[in-house]
Amino acid sequence: MLILDGVTVEVAGKEILHDINLEVKPGETHVLFGPNGTGKTTLLMTIMGFAGYTVTKGRMSYKGEDITTMPLHERAKMGMGMSFQRPPTIRGLKTRNLVALCSKMGKDPEELARRLSFEKFLDRDVNDNLSGGEIKKSELLQLMAQDPDMVLLDEPESGVDLENIALVGEVIAELLDKAIKHFNEPMIEHKKKRKKSGIIITHTGFIMRYVNADVGHVILNGRLSCANNPEEIFSCVGKFGYEECVRCMV
Amino acid sequence: MHGLKEKAEKALNKKAAVGRDIDLNIYRTGTPESNATGLAELCETDLLSAGIVPSGEGRSGSYIQEDHSVTHCNMTQKGVEISSIEEALKKYDWLKDYWWKALAVDTDKYTAFTELQPRRGYFMRVAAGQKTVYPLQACLYMEEEGVLQSVHNVVIAEEGSEMNIITGCTTASSLHSGLHLGVSEFFVKKGAKITFTMIHNWKEDVVVRPRTGVVVEEGGVFISNYVSLKPVKDLQSFPTAYLNGDNAVARFSSILVAPEGSWLDTGARVYLNGRGSRSEIISRTISNGGTIIARGHLIGNAEEIKAHLECNGLILTERGIIHAIPELEGRLRGVDMSHEAAVGKIAQEEIEYLMSRGLSEEEATATIVRGFLNVEIEGLPPELKQEIDRAIEESEKDIF
Ligand SMILES: Nc1ncnc2c1ncn2[C@@H]1O[C@H](COP(=O)(O)OP(=O)(O)O)[C@@H](O)[C@H]1O
Ligand SMILES: [Mg+2]
Repeated sequence: MLILDGVTVEVAGKEILHDINLEVKPGETHVLFGPNGTGKTTLLMTIMGFAGYTVTKGRMSYKGEDITTMPLHERAKMGMGMSFQRPPTIRGLKTRNLVALCSKMGKDPEELARRLSFEKFLDRDVNDNLSGGEIKKSELLQLMAQDPDMVLLDEPESGVDLENIALVGEVIAELLDKAIKHFNEPMIEHKKKRKKSGIIITHTGFIMRYVNADVGHVILNGRLSCANNPEEIFSCVGKFGYEECVRCMV
Repeated sequence: MHGLKEKAEKALNKKAAVGRDIDLNIYRTGTPESNATGLAELCETDLLSAGIVPSGEGRSGSYIQEDHSVTHCNMTQKGVEISSIEEALKKYDWLKDYWWKALAVDTDKYTAFTELQPRRGYFMRVAAGQKTVYPLQACLYMEEEGVLQSVHNVVIAEEGSEMNIITGCTTASSLHSGLHLGVSEFFVKKGAKITFTMIHNWKEDVVVRPRTGVVVEEGGVFISNYVSLKPVKDLQSFPTAYLNGDNAVARFSSILVAPEGSWLDTGARVYLNGRGSRSEIISRTISNGGTIIARGHLIGNAEEIKAHLECNGLILTERGIIHAIPELEGRLRGVDMSHEAAVGKIAQEEIEYLMSRGLSEEEATATIVRGFLNVEIEGLPPELKQEIDRAIEESEKDIF
């Protein structure tokens, strides 16, 4: 689905990511751990194709196509979607209208918002005066409308209070097609048919209660250190810290 | 009204405080014709794009003036008057107590010149406690090439009344050059409210010099919206409002687009003289190669006043000028005044954010500009908001 092959990234003339190798297979969800300022957001922005993130070495492919230099909106059209850590405010544009613009299938913004208890924010300008948790909901709302095949989530649960975390978790599980919907379908069958893939950045690990992640990684100082069982990594980081964890896993 | 003519004569060569000096002699003045073409023959689409409904449907009254002649005037609601100023001056002796009271006749050569011309323009008045069901509409239509159209309008909202007005100044498709001088005096009595929305479609060679004075009494509200999205050679206006009563309110908003070759110098000045009075001056301007000077001057003369100025400008073309001149003048302790001005291009971050949702760069830009022009105006009736939205939608192809 998504392959990064020796990708090195520069931001504002400074090398931030070094020689990243990563493969996300169809139906897989990966989790990224790592301390602040280590390059997690940079990695997702690079995959999505933002202009300030220059790939100086290596290549990226998505759905079998080389996307290393493909413009941002074309990647979105190919089914990539991202929820941002700190999205900009867009004055005069109602959240309702943006959700409608995002929606390929003409989904009803009202109905999508209801799922997130977000109806009363639909008539606000996009991200205008929203709290941290509300921003996450607004981002998820747009992603629900987009319904991407490759879901990139940058700290989707930070700032979300305990009351709302389940709501947010369930929506993410659904975006990734990880929700158990058909009781009469064996899980193993459902898993085979699953097409949606994702990369989730998380600090708290909360999200892993709602989404069964398949692979975990740690990024440290711009290097992607290992691919392992996400639960194991998370508990290792919890016990020994990132540095120690990277050392013991390698 | 004695002495006014003399004052006007003396001020005929008085240059305006700001703006390029215009030679009035190169334009053609005229006298009202008896054989005006009539409403039916005015181009319907010209009127509609300025928010004017030729049939008068959905309006509580209409006034339409073509060059120098009143071609249409009617009213449909009791307690709501709309007529030519000439008629009103004949009918009401007391009208002289309002004549040049919100604005001095010798302000500059344009006010002076207008006073010396035959009386044209409209008179609107809503009786105490009455409210316009539908907006009143006035259209000043310029048709003859090189015409000088001058008007003097008086609008009075009696105590506790409420009126919505939409004015469309527009020109015949065939007209290229002309000069429009528009003197307007507004009187908002105690507890009354006037919402005045102007959608103006000028032309590449048209020069415009509106001169406006507004007097607001206790608890009165004056809301002005000015929309100019089409080319105009040279427009300079600086309406002044006097909030004389306690808790009076004035809000001026403008949405301006300056294509290449256009020059718009506009803004508003508000004297906050009444205790607790409030004012807001907001502009959203776009230069597509033209020049915009966005002025604002707030003068805080009383306790507990609150005033805010906001000038936001986008330059969409390689070259273009937006010059914001916000002025705050507090004259005693206890005033609360602020301003905010930003001029530049669209933030790349915003464009990319929308592109990540699948919009192309052009679509993202258009969406952001549309949002930029979508000003929330407190207290603006929805039907007037609709007219503004429609005007913007129609002009989109020219803006982007
Ligand atoms: N636009 C930028 N200009 C300069 N440095 C940047 C920019 N964006 C990110 N960086 C730097 O890149 C590093 C990685 O940042 P980021 O990917 O946001 O980290 P994380 O998401 O892991 O906290 C940090 O040192 C940060 O300061
Ligand atoms: Mg980050």
